Amino acid sequence: MRVVRLSSEIDFDGWRRAARDLRAEGVSPETVIWTVERDLFEAAPIEKPAPAARAFTVPPAFVELARSVVLHRSSERLSLLYRLLWRLEREPRLIDNPADPDVAKARDMAKAVGRAIHKMHAFVRFRLVETDPETYAAWFEPAHRVTEAAAPFFARRFTNMTWTILTPDACVAWDGASLKVSDGADPAEAPSEDAQEELWRTYYASIFNPARLNERMMRQEMPKRYWRNLPEARLIPQLIETAQERAAAMVAASPSPAPDRVLKAALRQARDGSYNGDVPTSLDEVAAAVQVCRRCDLWRDATQGVAGEGAAHAPLMFVGEQPGDQEDLAGRPFVGPAGQVFNQALEEAGVPRDRTFITNAVKHFKHEPRGKRRIHKTPDRGEVQACRWWLDAERRLVRPRVIVALGATAAHAVMGKATPIAANRGRPLQLPDQGQAVVTYHPSFLLRLPDADARERARAEFVEDLRLAGELARLID
Amino acid sequence: MAVLDIRRKLAILADAAKYDASCASSGGEKRDSVGGKGVGSTEGMGICHAYAPDGRCISLLKILLTNFCIYDCAYCINRVSSNTLRARFSVKEVVDLTLNFYKRNYIEGLFLSSGVIRNGDYTMEEMVRIAKSLRLEHDFRGYIHLKLIPEASPELAAEAGLYADRVSINIELPRDDSLKSLAPEKDVGDIKRAMGRMRLAIDERAEPARKAARKTFARSQSTQLIVGADAAKDGDILARSASLYGAYRLSRVYYSAFSPIPDASHRLPSARPPLLREHRLYQADWLMRFYGFAQPEIIGEGEDLDLSVDPKTAWALRHRDRFPVDINLADRETLLRVPGLGAKAVDRILLARRQARLTIDDLRRVGAVVKRARAFVVAEGWTPGMATDGEHLKARLVEPAQLSLF
Ligand code: SF4
Ligand code: SF4
Repeated sequence: MRVVRLSSEIDFDGWRRAARDLRAEGVSPETVIWTVERDLFEAAPIEKPAPAARAFTVPPAFVELARSVVLHRSSERLSLLYRLLWRLEREPRLIDNPADPDVAKARDMAKAVGRAIHKMHAFVRFRLVETDPETYAAWFEPAHRVTEAAAPFFARRFTNMTWTILTPDACVAWDGASLKVSDGADPAEAPSEDAQEELWRTYYASIFNPARLNERMMRQEMPKRYWRNLPEARLIPQLIETAQERAAAMVAASPSPAPDRVLKAALRQARDGSYNGDVPTSLDEVAAAVQVCRRCDLWRDATQGVAGEGAAHAPLMFVGEQPGDQEDLAGRPFVGPAGQVFNQALEEAGVPRDRTFITNAVKHFKHEPRGKRRIHKTPDRGEVQACRWWLDAERRLVRPRVIVALGATAAHAVMGKATPIAANRGRPLQLPDQGQAVVTYHPSFLLRLPDADARERARAEFVEDLRLAGELARLID
Repeated sequence: MAVLDIRRKLAILADAAKYDASCASSGGEKRDSVGGKGVGSTEGMGICHAYAPDGRCISLLKILLTNFCIYDCAYCINRVSSNTLRARFSVKEVVDLTLNFYKRNYIEGLFLSSGVIRNGDYTMEEMVRIAKSLRLEHDFRGYIHLKLIPEASPELAAEAGLYADRVSINIELPRDDSLKSLAPEKDVGDIKRAMGRMRLAIDERAEPARKAARKTFARSQSTQLIVGADAAKDGDILARSASLYGAYRLSRVYYSAFSPIPDASHRLPSARPPLLREHRLYQADWLMRFYGFAQPEIIGEGEDLDLSVDPKTAWALRHRDRFPVDINLADRETLLRVPGLGAKAVDRILLARRQARLTIDDLRRVGAVVKRARAFVVAEGWTPGMATDGEHLKARLVEPAQLSLF
């Protein structure tokens, strides 16, 4: 039997040195006894100096695991770690096998240590012990030997405060510049109650909803072993005891009748809530009315209706398909990626955007949620038909000389019948109301074309069509 | 009106805030107080500093600025027609409370909401003043979550984003028609537009090109849906969530079982909160966010979740033909759909099986819930056998109703 003495319970370096030597020497795990001698002045004596010849390496994951397992209170932890180190010689990938019993056990210990650190971060309660300068102290009993490991967190959070945390294992003190570790303390040294604790208890009692009592969950997350150092915990028994009664009283209490003003407000809402069906007489009215329009279902999942915008009596009107993701959020047509393509082409064609009117065939964004994105969906014929009410109103109010339909959906809406782009683009089409129309690609179609040549060609045609429209509308000569 | 001392105010304004569940403190940017003048840090994961006897995490000082409100939302204890006690904090009182609690390590920061006094802008302005004072005067680097008042001006909302780590607007009711009847003054359009603007603002600041020049800005937004106050089915609620996640990149949708409130409105059910239903909705929400399920796969609109089993198990029972799954062969996506296997367990399975064929005992060690998974997997030395026909199996998987308290 070999006996190894470490200088403290969390002496990882000592363990590491000893374990390295033992393995190099070929001492098998069953024959080693690990102990701790707190008042040791020299480093752990190893009987023979290690033969330097058999150096070896271990995966970094093991070292990391060992560092936290050492902090566990289990007396088996050191021998378990040495057994793992021993086995690593023959099974170099052992540590990556979470199903191995030794590995699983070590991982469980590391997890418990991690949890103890986390709980220490959560449950330490500082008390003001001096006001000038403001100095705080806390007494805490961690589940494992994690005081030193947990301390840097407090130094980062309370850098500009002076504080001490006392525990039975060790004490850490921060003076605003550095952390000092000293021996464990006695509960008698715990600081006395802080005046804020009464307020904190008030908060704790008020934030609890008795109708949701769930003692099991509370105990799981805030185990009883921590309660005695938590000022709020003394309220728990009483809160639990009275919860049932309080909840039952709320359920049983007879509801108050709704006051008059509520009923009035509901009536007002019912009146304003839906569009009343009158023909809109101004563009502002259209913009307001599409917000409450329920002519089809597309409003439901969209943010808002996006009406057209631009010069009130523009000679040239552009009609796109529908607002996209960005347009839906911003409430304005053609501000997303397709809008940028469109603006650029417009500039190349020499058409001044501020003298045109830009709108869409359908005013709400049709899409399908896919995780954190929304996938565009083409509106169907019924939706286009329903929304023509608004498009027609805009046409009537703006009275443009020329309308450009961007894409097949818009072409259908503007012409009133299916009008394939390829066969009809590049020339003026006659509209029943004296005006003329031009049909062309939708700018997002250009974005989607995979082939660079085809894209260039389509873009050139697009600019050409915009120029034609500009000329017909007499915006360029 | 008698002047209330700070303790009475705290009791009233914390009590009034407790029905809001959307108060986690995760997802802030990483920072600490090194090199600063004040206190505070956020390190990614929020910390729960205490748990109330309802099992809920207490992470932030969650209070209302005031519970006076000019509106009349039926589900809300602060509605104008409720006979509750009223109080109002001053800006300084909230700032002091936050700092005093923070320095004693009671909290991660502040979650501030408010009833609407005078008008949306006035209220929002007061809330922004608090956040601003904490950040600028006290160099507070803890977490701040501000509730936006939907009808407040876009400029104020943007200013709130400058000081808060997260902002949120509660949609509260899953269906627009119930919003109309239960919260008559609230306009769902206002809410959605405010969320839309916030997403554009958050996106813009998050753009890599702007990052260097950018001041801290809210990282995320969230919302809350109340469950059980209106007639919405679980499928409707999940469809609403899916739509919100897609549109506004919410980091979370919180579900809050409608809880009886003192002085309830006659327009609402007076019943115990449907806690189990809330729990199932959270599970379903996780399936959408982390397990690759789409809403219609989990539950259709107009339908309710099966409360007796978790939604993944329910899905598996409806798709018996896809099981058993061989844990030594199946890919990640398939494993994620096996009941009893969480995302962590799946990752460990993928690691462990590179070294050896896995048995049922191995499953337990990687953290799977074997009791649940057993009927759906094939492992080394294990096939589920005959006892897997529908009803029989379901009966064995039904959980004891731990969550239906009382
Ligand atoms: S898409 Fe058009 S018709 Fe349908 S709801 Fe919106 S505005 Fe009304
Ligand atoms: S506006 Fe907010 S605080 Fe006011 S009644 Fe409605 S939910 Fe309650």
